[in-house]
Amino acid sequence: MEKVIFEYHSQPTSYVPAADPAAVNKHIPAEFLGAEEVTLPQTCEQDVIRHFTALSKLNYSVDNGFYPLGSCTMKYNPKVNETVADFDGLAGIHPYSPEECVQGALKIIYELESFLKEVSGFSGMTLQPAAGAHGEITGILLIKAYHQKNQPEQKRNVILVPDTAHGTNPATAALAGYQVRQVKSDNQGDIDLEDLQQNLGLDVAALMLTNPNTLGLFEKNILEISHLVHKNGALLYGDGANFNALLGLVKPAELGFDVMHFNLHKTFSTPHGGGGPGAGAVGTSKDLIPFLPVPQVIKKGKNYFWEYRQANSIGKVRSFYGNFLIAVRAYAYFLALGAEGIAKVGRQAVLNANYLMHKLAKFYPVPYHRTCMHEFVMTPHQAWSVSTLDIAKRIIDYGFHPPTIYFPLIVHEAMMIEPTETETKETMDTFIQALEQLAAEAVQNPELLKKAPLTSPVGRIDEARAGRQLILKYEKGRDTLLT
Amino acid sequence: MDYIGNTDADNKDMLQALGIASTEDLLKDIPQDKIIRHCLALPPAGSELEVKKQLREVAGQNASVADFSCFLGAGAYDHYIPSTVPVITKRGEFYTAYTPYQPEISQGTLQSIFEYQTMICNLTGMDVANASLYDGATALYEAIHLACEHTQRNIVLVAKAIHPEYRQVVHTYLKNSRISIKEIPFIEGLIDLAALKSQLNDQVAAVVVQQPNFFGCLEHVQQLGAMAHKQGALFVTSIYPVSLGVLQKPAEYGADIVTGEGQSLGLPVSFGGPYLGIFACRQEFMRKMPGRIVGESIDNRGQRAYVLTLQTREQHIPRERATSNICSNEALCALSACVYLSSMGAAGLKDVATASLSGAHYLAAAVARIPGWKINFKTAFFNEFVATAPGNIEALNKKLLRKNIIGGLPLKKYYPELKKSLLFCVTEKRTKAEIDTLVRILKEKN
Ligand SMILES: Cc1ncc(COP(=O)(O)O)c(C=O)c1O
Repeated sequence: MEKVIFEYHSQPTSYVPAADPAAVNKHIPAEFLGAEEVTLPQTCEQDVIRHFTALSKLNYSVDNGFYPLGSCTMKYNPKVNETVADFDGLAGIHPYSPEECVQGALKIIYELESFLKEVSGFSGMTLQPAAGAHGEITGILLIKAYHQKNQPEQKRNVILVPDTAHGTNPATAALAGYQVRQVKSDNQGDIDLEDLQQNLGLDVAALMLTNPNTLGLFEKNILEISHLVHKNGALLYGDGANFNALLGLVKPAELGFDVMHFNLHKTFSTPHGGGGPGAGAVGTSKDLIPFLPVPQVIKKGKNYFWEYRQANSIGKVRSFYGNFLIAVRAYAYFLALGAEGIAKVGRQAVLNANYLMHKLAKFYPVPYHRTCMHEFVMTPHQAWSVSTLDIAKRIIDYGFHPPTIYFPLIVHEAMMIEPTETETKETMDTFIQALEQLAAEAVQNPELLKKAPLTSPVGRIDEARAGRQLILKYEKGRDTLLT
Repeated sequence: MDYIGNTDADNKDMLQALGIASTEDLLKDIPQDKIIRHCLALPPAGSELEVKKQLREVAGQNASVADFSCFLGAGAYDHYIPSTVPVITKRGEFYTAYTPYQPEISQGTLQSIFEYQTMICNLTGMDVANASLYDGATALYEAIHLACEHTQRNIVLVAKAIHPEYRQVVHTYLKNSRISIKEIPFIEGLIDLAALKSQLNDQVAAVVVQQPNFFGCLEHVQQLGAMAHKQGALFVTSIYPVSLGVLQKPAEYGADIVTGEGQSLGLPVSFGGPYLGIFACRQEFMRKMPGRIVGESIDNRGQRAYVLTLQTREQHIPRERATSNICSNEALCALSACVYLSSMGAAGLKDVATASLSGAHYLAAAVARIPGWKINFKTAFFNEFVATAPGNIEALNKKLLRKNIIGGLPLKKYYPELKKSLLFCVTEKRTKAEIDTLVRILKEKN
């Protein structure tokens, strides 16, 4: 394994002119100065580059190969997006520059918002949230502000969350001060309408719904659901993590969603960065516009301006204006695809997923026998002695990234697979072949799966031990777990 | 152009395998009248050549720190970025990977985060650091939330000299919650000790300050920490990591939770994002921390290996009982900070901090000598300071722009009481010649 950067010892390279150390004592009173030196790596440039290059080779990424991680939409990240995000006129703009010298940046925000409105049908938009979950809390705070403004006497302190929901949904609702009430799914994988009706009291502020849901299924009764929710005076929140399935196909606002977050790092091709940065735009119906975070970009004539005067705004959810350079990448993606390209995305994602499901269903049980949208869930055979974890780890040996596993929670031993529209039939066929072979191994040589992965840089890791004997930073001379 | 790799023939083969004539047959669950049948009102498709040209054009309408001398700071700092940083973060293996949920094929991301956590702990003196939060503002909110959970108290005293947008974000999150925020005014650019004392009692969960504060002034943190602890409150700070190249570590002055904006560690100003939320704390609060944490372990081959750990705090396990709702964070920005600090080393970081504060003091001294100009606060400061202009500051900034200089930040919008004042910032990138040019223009009669 690669050393820790602190284990290198060489002559550091200097990148800025040496400063006069006497200046520190001259200007800063002793009470503010550090007593001890900071411990940082002591390493020359060539060692730094070799170290991080070596680390990069331990990663699997979309650029390495197929990454069918369900719910994460690991589509290809176009390279032109990276190139343009580095332009000095974008990466080099200070956020507090006067409006007149950031007209291009304001134009990008304004136009990206209008593109997102067009594909979703929403009337209001903000790019301030930094990720999907950040979009969720923004959206839920908008809903809270809306109810407080319109029905201050009605106490709505509950948010309904389906049992298939992503963990961020209940966590968000709780963070915003709501009680979380769970709604069951029926045997078709849809929301159980009866259970929904039973839970829909006057105390409900909103239903948080993912459509297609995390089983990859389109909620067949979506119009009925939104009707019930609205009749009750509640709002319908959309978790847009799965919006890729609908891109160019359906506008969520027309299905009855009042507010929805987008994950630009899923649907709009911006990279996941090993866990971030992403960006989480939020779209809203007309009724929620007055509550959107400040500032909004407005256009007067040919010029763009920041608008801070919104009396009912929830305020700000992040410093400055959000993850601008991620928005730039999504903007470039829209300009490349245009109307024609966008129209293809959802349909191709759905076709790819159904093809993959159809082929894999011969070897792995699929819990819901219906057409899927952009992703689907399958499981190991009950008779097999191997678990989903074993299968996932063995997939690594075949040169692919495993699917999302053990989610959604309502399917025992779930494997959730999302090919995205950017993968070719050829790539999927190689994956199908590998999974067919793996299914045979599961029966004939289960031990092989339990030992997997064998080809990765490291083998299975003792996670329990990491949680018990906590080592959360490198300390020189401290015994590592190895000794 | 699009990024669909399948040919029409591939699609036909797939449809055939599915036994259907068209993709439309897969859309039967969708209310048919909601399916988009018309052309969306979006621009026409563009080739890469055209897209790049269009972006170059919009980029050209912005003033970049590459072409302008920038004297703006206020939470976004124009520091030098070594060439090593983009070379590493532009590697597809890093930026096109997902969250390292499959550790066997994510050791690159995991080890870099482990190293980042180590560097943040070393800089701040804290016991543990997480893998990042969204930005300095949300990190500050998370710290306040943790402090209230830990102390089971609901009053938080927040210095008004903290970045106004950070305070706004905290307010947005906590409005109508059980937690109440009391803002403590400033005197001479520093938190008003008498006002603080009058509000501080055993109901207070935390005293929250920024060091250096929004005005660049250095708070008497040692004393503030002691005051907070005396009442059983936690001492929470928001820091500027570059300043720690010379300033005292937060652990030395008794900070319990340290947050901060990590943009200054190798990230461009980027019109405000993506940035890097720093979060570190004492061991005691570890199990209440928000966000991901990487730990060291061993694999079944006996090798050192890294994994995400303490995950029972995170949303995917306890759901509504999670310590935070954060999922995606700013991992790649943490990698930038990690490569930045590895490249600069302690000596390099000290040079950056020293050159920045030297330049700022040089500028402040020169501004103080200009007739009609005044430096607002007589307190010690790092690389930012507030100055009051004799004339119209908007006109002044416009004039500076014409000379390719981005002037100080007018404070009127954030602090009406400072309506004629500007916040100036100097980093190591500003040369003596650039500062002299600025001063020369400030001296000119409007
Ligand atoms: C269904 C769903 N909702 C919400 C999220 C949270 O998004 P983010 O990680 O961008 O905060 C995810 C991402 O993992 C998701 O899959």
